[in-house]
Amino acid sequence: MIDKSLNWVDDRLGIAKGGRTFLDKIFPDHWSFMLGEIALYSFVILLGTGVFLTLYFVPSGHEIVYHGSYVPLRGQRVSEAYASTVGLSFDVRSGLLMRQAHHWAADIFLGAIAVHMARVFFTGAFRKPREFNWIVGTLMLILGIVNGFLGYSLPDDLVSGTGIRIAYSITESIPLVGTYLSFFLFGGNYPGSGIIIPRFYVLHVLIVPAIIVGLLAAHLGLLVKQKHTQFPGKGKTEHNVVGSPMFPTFIAKTTGFLFMASAVTFGLGGFAQINPIWQFGQYEPYQISYAVQPDWYMGWLDGALRIMPSWEWVGWGHTIPLEVFLPAVVFPGLVFNILIVWPFIESIYTKDTNYHNLLDRPRDRPKRTAAGASMLTLLFAVFFASSTDVMANFFQLPLLDVLWFFRFFVPLAPIVAYFLTYKICNEMRAAEGIGKRKRALVVSRSAEGEYSTVKSEPRPGDAHEELEAIPVPTYIDTTHPDLATAAGVRRVIR
Amino acid sequence: MSDHNIRLDGPLPPAALDDPHLQPATGHPERMEALAAVAIVIGMIGFVGFIWAYWVDASTQWQAATLTVGMLGLGIGTISWGKYLMPQGPFVEERHDFHSTDDERSAFNAAITGRGGLEVKRRGLLLGLFAVGGGIMTLALLIPGVRSLGPKPAKSEDPHGSTDVSLFTTNWRQGSKLVTVGGRQVMVDDLDVGGVLTVFPQGYEGSSPDQVILIRLAQQAPNEHYTLEPPGNTEWTAAGYVAYSKLCTHLGCPVGLYQEKTQQLVCPCHQSIFNVNAGAIPQFGPAPRPLPQLPLAVDATGQMRANGTFDQAVGPGFWERP
Repeated sequence: MIDKSLNWVDDRLGIAKGGRTFLDKIFPDHWSFMLGEIALYSFVILLGTGVFLTLYFVPSGHEIVYHGSYVPLRGQRVSEAYASTVGLSFDVRSGLLMRQAHHWAADIFLGAIAVHMARVFFTGAFRKPREFNWIVGTLMLILGIVNGFLGYSLPDDLVSGTGIRIAYSITESIPLVGTYLSFFLFGGNYPGSGIIIPRFYVLHVLIVPAIIVGLLAAHLGLLVKQKHTQFPGKGKTEHNVVGSPMFPTFIAKTTGFLFMASAVTFGLGGFAQINPIWQFGQYEPYQISYAVQPDWYMGWLDGALRIMPSWEWVGWGHTIPLEVFLPAVVFPGLVFNILIVWPFIESIYTKDTNYHNLLDRPRDRPKRTAAGASMLTLLFAVFFASSTDVMANFFQLPLLDVLWFFRFFVPLAPIVAYFLTYKICNEMRAAEGIGKRKRALVVSRSAEGEYSTVKSEPRPGDAHEELEAIPVPTYIDTTHPDLATAAGVRRVIR
Repeated sequence: MSDHNIRLDGPLPPAALDDPHLQPATGHPERMEALAAVAIVIGMIGFVGFIWAYWVDASTQWQAATLTVGMLGLGIGTISWGKYLMPQGPFVEERHDFHSTDDERSAFNAAITGRGGLEVKRRGLLLGLFAVGGGIMTLALLIPGVRSLGPKPAKSEDPHGSTDVSLFTTNWRQGSKLVTVGGRQVMVDDLDVGGVLTVFPQGYEGSSPDQVILIRLAQQAPNEHYTLEPPGNTEWTAAGYVAYSKLCTHLGCPVGLYQEKTQQLVCPCHQSIFNVNAGAIPQFGPAPRPLPQLPLAVDATGQMRANGTFDQAVGPGFWERP
């Protein structure tokens, strides 16, 4: 039956040859290779829950009187966007679960991308021939941040409205074209002509996700064409890939992983409240709330804005708001551009134009590792600077002291981190066999009192790594007499 | 099934069933299989539970719990199956060079530079015209695509009836009545010392650029002025009231926190701090300029009015600001 249908399809599409190669594709095993999968699966969850939300969300700034089931809001004039978001949270069955899972999935998506990217960076997986895929990944990170911002701006609540206000002023700060850009984006002086929510909506649900889907296809296509990188190890060379096959082993593991990622996301969506907009209220441009933080992936930009001194430039009849333009436009621009060109910077610096399919241990490339640690320190430092007011409250310190601390900490910490990491890497390289999983030595004493040591049995999970790698067999001889009880076949330990 | 076993045309000999590469990565496959089965069954119960939770409209927590159990069960079952029972190898696959042979490369180059170069040489004029035409087409399509998005910012302070929108003007005029967001007129006795109120010019309640924070600093007669330190304008105070634009000069958030003890206005967005006694000059934080001050007056009926308008653009900085 399966034979017949496969033949039917193959007669028309010729899938057998390529299909077999695809099913035999080898996936090297390492826990850090799953980080990208988390990003992929959160994106799948985002699409699924997002479609659910579009069915109930009304992208309109039009004012109506709220009549839903949330009592404190009844009779108030709110925008349709706000009312429909409250409505899909309280009046649509499973709506709150889907909405919160969507929000959590976005936070996980960007977190997974960041960690996945760090893995790729610190192991040198971005090197030739994978520069394209590094750039495609960076673009997805940028678009993910943009779409996250667009998404949490849609409900038209007090917090998101404040975020939009800030985005407007940041756009306005760009020299020469800033006012035009913000006027065209918002349809006039803030808050514009009420079209910003429909505009953000079409960007959020159609244009940006479509670009991400395209880039994702390119990302995975390149991954299949260029094959995976792998860590050095027994039988692993620059010219092969060693691991388990796509079908059935990897498919089973990765499908299970999709379920696990969904379990975590929906668990958070149901138990960890996120963005309770009915507590913030409808956005009004003259209202504000205290101790408001953006979603985590925007924190580094907010922190940079907070610690920037007030260096406005005025002259020749013009103003350049450097106190906004530098931290909110130039700084992220520099970070993303450095990320994009890093593979080329490194290859010029090291004069290395070879193919690299074997990964580095971070400590073996101390300068790269130190540079990465330095960048991460910078980003974390500005991230924490975005909660100066919360920290001042929590530690009972004057706000000004906390701000001054971060004004020094943010530029200095990355420098310290660079040299510290460089030193640690060199120390670790000097130690023999560090970081490898060791097999225990079993000490025994003979009857004569002589001591001897024997290496213990390999752990069950390690056993197959002791074997010589073979190509995926063309077919398995199922005529073996032991087949009768497949589970009864004894595992062979070398 | 048996057909497959007879086929021996593959490049490699078939693997025997007891080949160590095909063995489960656990010493107790039976136990693992049982565990996976139990996990999947628990998952099934979880999903059925979710349908129940939805059906009876149980709380979000119940829905999430059942769904999570379902997905965890299915996930643990599938991963145990894949990780411990399916063949782990190690299997190996050769990589192939990405780059083409030198011959293929030069053929490709020749196709582009040869055929293309020939056409450029022969029809340079057409190519030039095509490039310019394409450029004009892009421009022609971009103009409505961009220009229709919004009004132009006005160059001068007075747009003279054009559709341009000015960042320099607000709706405050000489004599504008101060009203609350609900439209209630603000009278001179409405606030005690230390009181604050967000006010708008009558007819523009809730308008973002017009929002003003009205603070009572002292109990004074309507014609008296409260002495402000420079750059504050003492003449613009009335009856102990002072009024500043509520738009932060940093990023336009409403400067909503008034601390009476220190006479400071704090912007909750990025913690810029303005000195109320000195024309709202920034004392700390990223804000570069004082909040513009609105001239105040009290009319014969005790109604608070604007005694003029702002002497500069309100809100954050922008290129056209002098």
